Amino acid sequence: MVDVSFYFQVHQPYRLREYSVFDIGRNHKYFDDKKNREIIERVVKKAYLPANSAFMDLIRQHGERFKISFSITGVLIEQLRMFSPETLESFRELAETGNVEFLSETYYHSLASLFSPKEFREQVMLHKRLIKEEFGITPRVFRNTEVIFSDKIADMIKEMGFKSAVAEGADKIMEGRSPNYVYEAHNGLKLLLKNYMLSDDIAFRFSNREWNEWPLTAEKYSSWLDGVNGNGEIINLFMDYETFGEHQWAQTGIFKFLRKMPEIFLKKRENRFVTVSEALSHEPRGRINFPYLVSWADTERDVSAWLGNDMQKTAAKEIYAIERTVRKSRNKEIIRDWRKLQVSDNFYYMCTKWFSDGDVHKYFNPYSSPYEGFIAFMNILNDIMARIKGEINIPLERPSRLLGQNKSKL
Amino acid sequence: MKVLMLGWEFPPFSTGGLGTASYGITKGLSNNGVDVTFVLPKAPYEKQIGRVRVRSALNLGGKVRFREISSFLSPYQTDESYRESLKEYTKSTKNRPISRSSEIYGSNLIEEVERYKEEALRLALEEEFDIVHAHDWMTFKAAKLIKEKTGKPMVVHVHATEFDRSGNNPNPYVYAIEKEGMDYADRIIAVSAYTKGIISERYNINPSKVRVVHNAVEHGSIKLKNMPDLGSKIVLFLGRLTLQKGPDYFLKAAKRILEKEPDVRFIVAGKGDMRNRLIEMASSMGIAKNVLFAGYLDKEMTEMAYELANVYVMPSVSEPFGITPLEALKHSTPVIISRQSGVSEVLSHCIKVDFWDVEKLASTILSVLAYPSLRRVMGFNGREEVAGMSWDESARKCVDVYNELITAPELSAPRIIS
Repeated sequence: MVDVSFYFQVHQPYRLREYSVFDIGRNHKYFDDKKNREIIERVVKKAYLPANSAFMDLIRQHGERFKISFSITGVLIEQLRMFSPETLESFRELAETGNVEFLSETYYHSLASLFSPKEFREQVMLHKRLIKEEFGITPRVFRNTEVIFSDKIADMIKEMGFKSAVAEGADKIMEGRSPNYVYEAHNGLKLLLKNYMLSDDIAFRFSNREWNEWPLTAEKYSSWLDGVNGNGEIINLFMDYETFGEHQWAQTGIFKFLRKMPEIFLKKRENRFVTVSEALSHEPRGRINFPYLVSWADTERDVSAWLGNDMQKTAAKEIYAIERTVRKSRNKEIIRDWRKLQVSDNFYYMCTKWFSDGDVHKYFNPYSSPYEGFIAFMNILNDIMARIKGEINIPLERPSRLLGQNKSKL
Repeated sequence: MKVLMLGWEFPPFSTGGLGTASYGITKGLSNNGVDVTFVLPKAPYEKQIGRVRVRSALNLGGKVRFREISSFLSPYQTDESYRESLKEYTKSTKNRPISRSSEIYGSNLIEEVERYKEEALRLALEEEFDIVHAHDWMTFKAAKLIKEKTGKPMVVHVHATEFDRSGNNPNPYVYAIEKEGMDYADRIIAVSAYTKGIISERYNINPSKVRVVHNAVEHGSIKLKNMPDLGSKIVLFLGRLTLQKGPDYFLKAAKRILEKEPDVRFIVAGKGDMRNRLIEMASSMGIAKNVLFAGYLDKEMTEMAYELANVYVMPSVSEPFGITPLEALKHSTPVIISRQSGVSEVLSHCIKVDFWDVEKLASTILSVLAYPSLRRVMGFNGREEVAGMSWDESARKCVDVYNELITAPELSAPRIIS
């Protein structure tokens, strides 16, 4: 028998507006409401709603044998409340079937795990509360932003009471072992590892006509899943929820595939689609160390897409450097704005790898260059500092140094 | 393959991008195994430089030859400036009876272009070549005549149009020459898709005979010594001070920047007909103290300016290509460029703004000055990107264009295109 665990990341950031130096200290409106509304309206129509409806039908059709898992970020839920309550309702209906599990992550889809354990814990708690409130389910399995994982993160998660997490089955840490079993981290935390080959066949290659397996039929893919029988117990298919209808447009046949593939796979009576918790009920096959940071992004499977260049490192350093000052302000709005700025996408937009080629990094990217992404971010950060300075009279840990004292050219 | 090239300026006697591009293309062609005979106007008062010496100084290899035609013509010339040059020359030689300049040279620009055309033909008939390749409008008449007399295919290379130079106020005489050259050419090489658009829309040319060959930049640089330390943030403008280059937008942005950061300094390098107006503008805006008009800079001073600057700005109103941002990036100096430029098609590691959006230009300059990590990443990536550009590649694309014509000889027969 083979268990398949389908898990989808559901997230959209708040895009920043083109925030100019001249806005600092004058205009505290940071987000592009119009663009955010447009993107949410587009993505729910093209992806979330049709995918939800397909999954609802599959659950009705196959009952106990068809289950899925979601990780939905706090920033997306907030935006769905504002711009598309009916989509939130449709996720709720899925939750009510009992066949859907929700994962835990940071409310703000942030990189806090890398910079501030305190902020990280708080955002995980905020998210947990939100999911309980929206869907009546308490998440038990942890999924870090962009599936970023390391031994150190494993320790933080375990300390917070989690017993299991999902991670990327990257070649460099698997060392030839199969991702199709449960493993444990160095501290005993149980792990599900993404089968990136089978996941990417759907998420990235499905509509690629250059691919020698194109067109990917439900029969063919189902037989690949089935082929794991005998040398694996679970297959972890993790992908962005936008895969259905947005990364792969409806015209590519992705929804037809989505509806048909489970039917074929389930013809074999011992096959099942399970939630992440059910997948984790298998016995661990061994221990996997994550001595360095591993993510699910790019071919490098590291954090260079968010923290690869000097701008990204500076932006991250600066936003967490003002944490104490922001907290001391006790101003809820300022704290919320500061957190919304932490969304990992803001760092992704500053990525300069392959920028000149134009590629997947451009997807939904609101800026014409990574440099403009950095400028908007840093200007807003300076405005947050200006607001705090204006409202309370505490000495700042870091002076708002718009024009640095640095005399050298670089 | 042998090419007869008709150009206007060539280093070291050059004042602008046309000379730089002519040199780059010629050297690239030579590296691609093409023989080039480069025909140039030479002002009679210029010191004679042995061709061999020019060749070795410019590192051009043995495949390039120069032929000179005595003339005061130079690119960016207007009728007024032509008469000026001629008058000065006549004055300086009036005591020497052999040099009756008024009888040799045309008395105005129109006459001189006509005379030049005949001279170029005379010279062309002494040469062997497969293609005639002409750079910008003053040579177009000559190229057309050579095509008619020799039957060789004709390529015109458009580095700028009258619309770019005049700010939508074209001189009808120049426009007519450009249009005629483009109509008669078998192929047109445009320095950007932006320019190709102007050629097809404003000159009504079928885009299928226009090829885009982007400019590149020469690698390697002079070793700089004794760099001054100006002790403040420096924003650089470098280009001819003409409407086309947008120096007035640069000053307006400077004004806005100084309201927020009074210590920033602005260097305006270059000469041109707007110079006096710009100086007045700076003082009436009350920013003269922070704006340094540096005049025309030689090669070494230019490199020094790029090196000194914290950011290079090219706010051109209409820029067919624009090589200077690439030169600034060779020094890892971050660049902000006008969207209305050809170089924006090939450069990604920069920030692009609309020339008229002074507010955005000012705020972007301020941000680049404010954040050192931004300057580092822009400068580093931009430099890497520029390192991947080469004149050999541009020249190879020119060879592709030549091959289209040589393998399809019927195209080279003169024909009238309405």
